[in-house]
Amino acid sequence: MVGLATVLGSGAMTNTIAEITGADVIFVTGSNTTENHPIIGYRIREAVRKGAKLIVADPRVIPLAKIATLHLQFKPGTDVALFNGLVHVIIKEGLEDKDYVKKRTQGFEYLSSMVEKYTPEYVALITGVSAEDIVRAARLFAVGKSGSIIYCMGVTQHTCGTENVVALTNLSLLTGNLGIPHAGMNPLRGQNNVQGACDMGCLPNVFPGYQPVYGDRDTGTYWRRLKLEKDKSLQPAEEVDPSKLITDSIEFERPVYKGMSVSDEIRAKFSKAWKVELSDLPGRTIAEMFHHNPSRRNRVMYIVGENPVLSNPDTDHVRRCLEEMDFVVVQDIFLTETAQLADVVLPAASFAEKDGTFTNTERRVQRVRQAIKPKGESKADWEIIQELARRCGLDWHYSSPQEIWDEIRILTPHYFLGMSYERLETGGLQWPCPAVEHPGTAILHKDKFARGIGQFSTVEYRRLAADVVDKEYPFILTTGRKLYQYHTRTMTAKTDGLNRLLEEELMAINPQDAERLGLNAHDIAKITSRRGSIVSKIEITDQVLPGVVCMSFHFAETAVNVLSDPAVCNMSVVSGLKVAAVRIEKACEVQK
Amino acid sequence: MRKITFVINGRKIETNERNTILRASLAHGIYIPHLCDHPDLTPFGGCRLCVVEIEGRGLTISCKAPVEEGLVVQTETPVINKVRRIAAELLIVNHHAECLQCVRNTECKLQDIAAYIGIEADHLQRLRQTAGDHPIDNSNPFFIRNPNKCVLCGICVRTCEEINGVRVLDFAFRGYETKISTLMNKPINESVCESCGECVVRCPTGALIIKDYQRPDRVVTTICPYCGTGCGIQLGVRGNKVVSVRGDRDNPINKGQLCVKGRFGYHFIDHPDRLTTPLIKRNGAFVKASWDKALELVATKFKEAQDRYGPEALAGLSSARITNEENYLFQKLLRCLGTNSIDHCARL
Repeated sequence: MVGLATVLGSGAMTNTIAEITGADVIFVTGSNTTENHPIIGYRIREAVRKGAKLIVADPRVIPLAKIATLHLQFKPGTDVALFNGLVHVIIKEGLEDKDYVKKRTQGFEYLSSMVEKYTPEYVALITGVSAEDIVRAARLFAVGKSGSIIYCMGVTQHTCGTENVVALTNLSLLTGNLGIPHAGMNPLRGQNNVQGACDMGCLPNVFPGYQPVYGDRDTGTYWRRLKLEKDKSLQPAEEVDPSKLITDSIEFERPVYKGMSVSDEIRAKFSKAWKVELSDLPGRTIAEMFHHNPSRRNRVMYIVGENPVLSNPDTDHVRRCLEEMDFVVVQDIFLTETAQLADVVLPAASFAEKDGTFTNTERRVQRVRQAIKPKGESKADWEIIQELARRCGLDWHYSSPQEIWDEIRILTPHYFLGMSYERLETGGLQWPCPAVEHPGTAILHKDKFARGIGQFSTVEYRRLAADVVDKEYPFILTTGRKLYQYHTRTMTAKTDGLNRLLEEELMAINPQDAERLGLNAHDIAKITSRRGSIVSKIEITDQVLPGVVCMSFHFAETAVNVLSDPAVCNMSVVSGLKVAAVRIEKACEVQK
Repeated sequence: MRKITFVINGRKIETNERNTILRASLAHGIYIPHLCDHPDLTPFGGCRLCVVEIEGRGLTISCKAPVEEGLVVQTETPVINKVRRIAAELLIVNHHAECLQCVRNTECKLQDIAAYIGIEADHLQRLRQTAGDHPIDNSNPFFIRNPNKCVLCGICVRTCEEINGVRVLDFAFRGYETKISTLMNKPINESVCESCGECVVRCPTGALIIKDYQRPDRVVTTICPYCGTGCGIQLGVRGNKVVSVRGDRDNPINKGQLCVKGRFGYHFIDHPDRLTTPLIKRNGAFVKASWDKALELVATKFKEAQDRYGPEALAGLSSARITNEENYLFQKLLRCLGTNSIDHCARL
């Protein structure tokens, strides 16, 4: 979400799910929507039935590709080149929304000179998509009255994830698709309350409502602007501190101001409300907790409802890190692979056993209601956290989730003040909703962007240095998820029917490659990366290009993250899970 | 949208233009027997049960007839009764009517129609040709397709096309042999079916039913625990156990629709592997502990490490599965304990 936040000042779906059916053109990239967000998949198919044009840009032949007007099957990791190519064609043919570009954006000249070299022919060389298709896609997208861009982890889980999003946002801005109905930039969140976890400040650098804890880096743009408006006398510093530039591969025209400290004020506000002193020391991200912890700065870990042993890259390393910790406490509903490594396990109640709210991918806060009593002695997570807090000497007395929510509303007025439980009773509300009379916000950036003006940012395609294909590791392994299982199967494995529908991993490999390696359907292959190796049954399919193989991370037996690359995007610190260089060998033939 | 007024059984009704006579009259509490019409789907006009008489125009099927200003409509005349009785009898005659054992019992549209029209056993006997004996398709783990209870209303066909969009089902064969089929008449699990169950929910008879279905004693409206779409669901509860999930039709996101995980993936809630007591690891093995002991130990260990190595010795991973309120408390606790090392799996 850092990518979207950098450019627009807010990282969330800009439009609603319901609007998708009314779009003229839908551009789906890095999202296997019908399998991972099936209801949104229904909406896309409905739009296509109603006559919308669908462009799918994905290295795999996902189900949506079969009903698409155009499928751009590009090589994994070449997203930026593809998006820049589309921008090139649009500008070259004068198809951009000129009025919009003039009124609402800046940096157009900069962008047009940067994409100069991304001719369809050049992009075709990099991506493997034909030049004609690149031109066709650009025209299709630019000509539509409303163009909705839908994307997911296929775009973000790269070491260049932020750059991918920034390049994609250029496409949306250029065609005037931000702030209008049936359009926008729509990142799909993978889990029921990822949006909420971010909104609530479960990130090292921000308090709830994205209020910066320290410095004003990353997602603090809203607050930076607020401070500017407050203190007009503050001028941009002459010299920009290079360490403050978010990355050197992206050139930002906007300087970072010196001597600001919105975060001091924010910290003071939370200090007062919580009656404690708050630290301004930068915290660590999940990747840093496990992978860049040479001094072992963290010794004790508290993990709630997560299974990083399976879901994080380089599984063995994560396991070792957890084993080396002085103390690990895991709070979950099952004894997951991660919980097994813990010193103490606390039993939590499931979603059906408690009250509260979830926030979905379109920023809608909705009520979760208790249906049954917690199983055994398990307790709702909020109760466990509160009891632990008391034992740590904090004087907390919440009697219900509603009381907690009301505290959140007061501390994040710009997002949630207007959302009382009473108003959330039916249908929920979309943030921002800053007052009790406020109807909630369906479409973001309607008249102006959260950061003021829409910024074209220039990002160049760079070959992924992190994990390159060579003679020893000639295949690109990409990862995906499947309809019948979910994440690490903590939940779905408990439903027999779902296991029957998908009982084991089948690595997708192209027929040409399979033949060359002497692999037959359902043979077992050994897959080796620079980090480790696993075995998996295979599925021979032309859904993947030659040279590309695809696996899911659902099954512990074929834990694909043993292979994946822990290198991270240097802006958002997302791991590059979508591309790993691997070698494939036949392990054994299937027993007939 | 423009409002239109028309008369039905002598009653004036105001409705939106482009509505059909059937849907307008149902909305005003006037029952017209019907099987193949469903409010979520385009009108089909297959079952011929919803015949009405429009003054000056004669008989017509009301599910396909748009409302018009000033129309005068009758739903009960001797001619209508005769026509729809025949239509109903032809539908019922070959139906495997084992109602008491049927999951759809009391929720069956065919029962409603039989009850409304009044079916005579003698008359039915005369019409009986062959008792259909099609094989039952048990291949999907979540639902059963029983063609012997199918009335060929085509709701499942239209649902698959218009709601899910995957288009697995269609009419196949002709005449008496007509049935709903997958491509090449294969079992449904060999088709591209996504097991969403949308067709099962809409089936008006027992032709498509959920396996091992238990009727709940109450229903609780909440939000699906899987992906970030945030579909509204209704948990069917029986005692202290969740026994079913259905889509919340009032939810603005999914409008009652669900996917396979949302509808059928609820068994984890009551699974025997659920953690039910706190556990403390001793000599490499977990032993059950009281909440007091477990929490005391955690608090002590936090303090020890922080006293020794500084507040940043503690790091926390929150969850994209727990509520907003809980996420808020989690980061509040860690920050109150002096560390900003808080993250979750948004990046995964």
